[in-house]
Amino acid sequence: MTNQSATELVRQLAEGEITSAELTQTYLDRIERFDGRVKAFLRVDPTAALAQAEEIDRRRKAGKPLGPLAGLPVAVKDVLCTQGEPTTCASRMLEQFRPPYDATAVAKLKAADAVLIGRTNMDEFAMGGSNENSAFFPTHNPWDLSRIPGGSSGGSAAAVAARMAPLALGTDTGGSIRCPAGLCGISGLKPTYGRVSRYGLVAFASSLDQIGPMGQTAEDCALLLEVLAGHDSKDSTSVDLPVPRYTETVCRPLEGLRLGLVREHFGEGLDAEVDRAVREAVRVYESLGASVKELSLPHGKYAVATYYIIAPCEASSNLARYDGVHYGYRSGVSPKPGPGGLGTSVPSETAQGSGFRVQGSDASARSPHPNPLPKGEGTGSDNALIEMYRRSRSEGFGAEVKRRIMLGTYALSAGYYDAYYKKALKVRRLIRQDFDRAFEEVDLIIGPVTPTPAFKIGERIDDPLAMYLFDLYTVSTNLAGIAAISIPCGLSSAGLPIGLHLQSPPFEEERLLRGAAMFQQATDWHTKQPPLS
Amino acid sequence: MSISRAEVEKVSLLARLRLSDEELDRMTRQMGDILGYIDLLSELNTEAVEPMAHALDVANAFRDDAVRPSLDREAALANAPHHDGECYLVPAVFDEG
Repeated sequence: MTNQSATELVRQLAEGEITSAELTQTYLDRIERFDGRVKAFLRVDPTAALAQAEEIDRRRKAGKPLGPLAGLPVAVKDVLCTQGEPTTCASRMLEQFRPPYDATAVAKLKAADAVLIGRTNMDEFAMGGSNENSAFFPTHNPWDLSRIPGGSSGGSAAAVAARMAPLALGTDTGGSIRCPAGLCGISGLKPTYGRVSRYGLVAFASSLDQIGPMGQTAEDCALLLEVLAGHDSKDSTSVDLPVPRYTETVCRPLEGLRLGLVREHFGEGLDAEVDRAVREAVRVYESLGASVKELSLPHGKYAVATYYIIAPCEASSNLARYDGVHYGYRSGVSPKPGPGGLGTSVPSETAQGSGFRVQGSDASARSPHPNPLPKGEGTGSDNALIEMYRRSRSEGFGAEVKRRIMLGTYALSAGYYDAYYKKALKVRRLIRQDFDRAFEEVDLIIGPVTPTPAFKIGERIDDPLAMYLFDLYTVSTNLAGIAAISIPCGLSSAGLPIGLHLQSPPFEEERLLRGAAMFQQATDWHTKQPPLS
Repeated sequence: MSISRAEVEKVSLLARLRLSDEELDRMTRQMGDILGYIDLLSELNTEAVEPMAHALDVANAFRDDAVRPSLDREAALANAPHHDGECYLVPAVFDEG
């Protein structure tokens, strides 16, 4: 059953060939079997998932109307608010947090009658490209458990790759859907900024964040995007444009497709096997009638530097809300967080093994604390309140989050604002203009999604700059606000997936999906599965 | 551009973080590496370029000024680490006497 695409499973459910309860149980069994090693999920509640599945089966039997994902299990990245259920962002800061409302994306999944099968692991607050920044434990790449799955939506990518969920929600601020999709051999789409409502997505960098679908195929991404996309009065940056019926057009190949190959993407730093796989993919497109034009994005080389100013600036501002007062961790009051980060122990109730994990009781966080708080010894700017802020944030955030808050605070501080933030905003426009010019001549830009296949866990943990440079092909998509997808296009000699990156003009997701699907009709890389047993 | 340990310590106050000595050393080195890389942008002349804060050209989105229910107090306090059922509680900020 789990070899089937989500699209096929939805059809079988609708035809009554399988029940949602059977299907959900099949995925739960795989989670139990594999997730002790992969660690894609932070929490799975089998009882709740099965109850939801049985309810949908009952409604189907009774002939009631059902949504477009009726009975299909979907995994959700733990950065999307779900009312009354933990939403941790893989951070100690939010370990006890239970949102008072649903994110619009989650509400839409519920309205589409999807079965919410579990919450996936991620880099803390979606900051990172390897999933090693989760405060709880790193996720492992199902193709090689000693390697990273990519990040920050690494749990979602690993869950789909290991067939522990047919579809998953991810979020992408600088490549966080596409990088793990590429490294885990699945399909993942970052929609145009404004295509999907961000309401209830815990903010990292508000001008860059987007929610998107992750699945085995472009067709599966179309199925989920159709549910997610659309205007939402709760997000003023969501755009009021009609949502195309992606599922109806996705299987129609693009005729006379003009592809752009960016000269600068094939330079130094690109792994030879990735280079070869991408060029082979280009030949596949040519055999399907596409024309290929070499072009230049002259400001592409500035994208990583620009991104690592703008994203930390927005992050430092967004994460100022974690003050130990309204919600989240508070030093001396909340349960003490354990040591976070890579290779650290996992709280006993979330221990290895079954893959079924439950958060600890949050009762202590809710009751008023009886003891008066210690007064800080400092004076002036370092009074007891500021001391409480500083301790809470230092104990609640992990190293990468602190690093980005520090970079952003520095770049926005008096005397540096023009040199860093304003400068970056100007380069951001130049990057966008490069794309606008390129898309006058080509329909889609094609290239590698990451410079190499997945690296080893721990390999780059002490070198943040090397980690940032891994994002070089993906960040410009977010800076420009355009759309892009990663689909599998090969395996390295070590058996690791290689991702193909397609980028489109804003709001051309339909073109992107059709372009990706025509490749998948001609190749079988998307059917390859990791050697888990 | 490099950054000194004293500057990093000052920024940590602005950011409401408290870094240990070891963290300060590491942060100084890593921020120096990253800022050094970011210096790449200085080779670009951007004098005539308008800053782009946002990918969309959307104007302010207004809604009707209508009264609608908001989060009730119990729900708003439910996640607070320290409250008295009516208010959020914080450490005192004024000295007594």
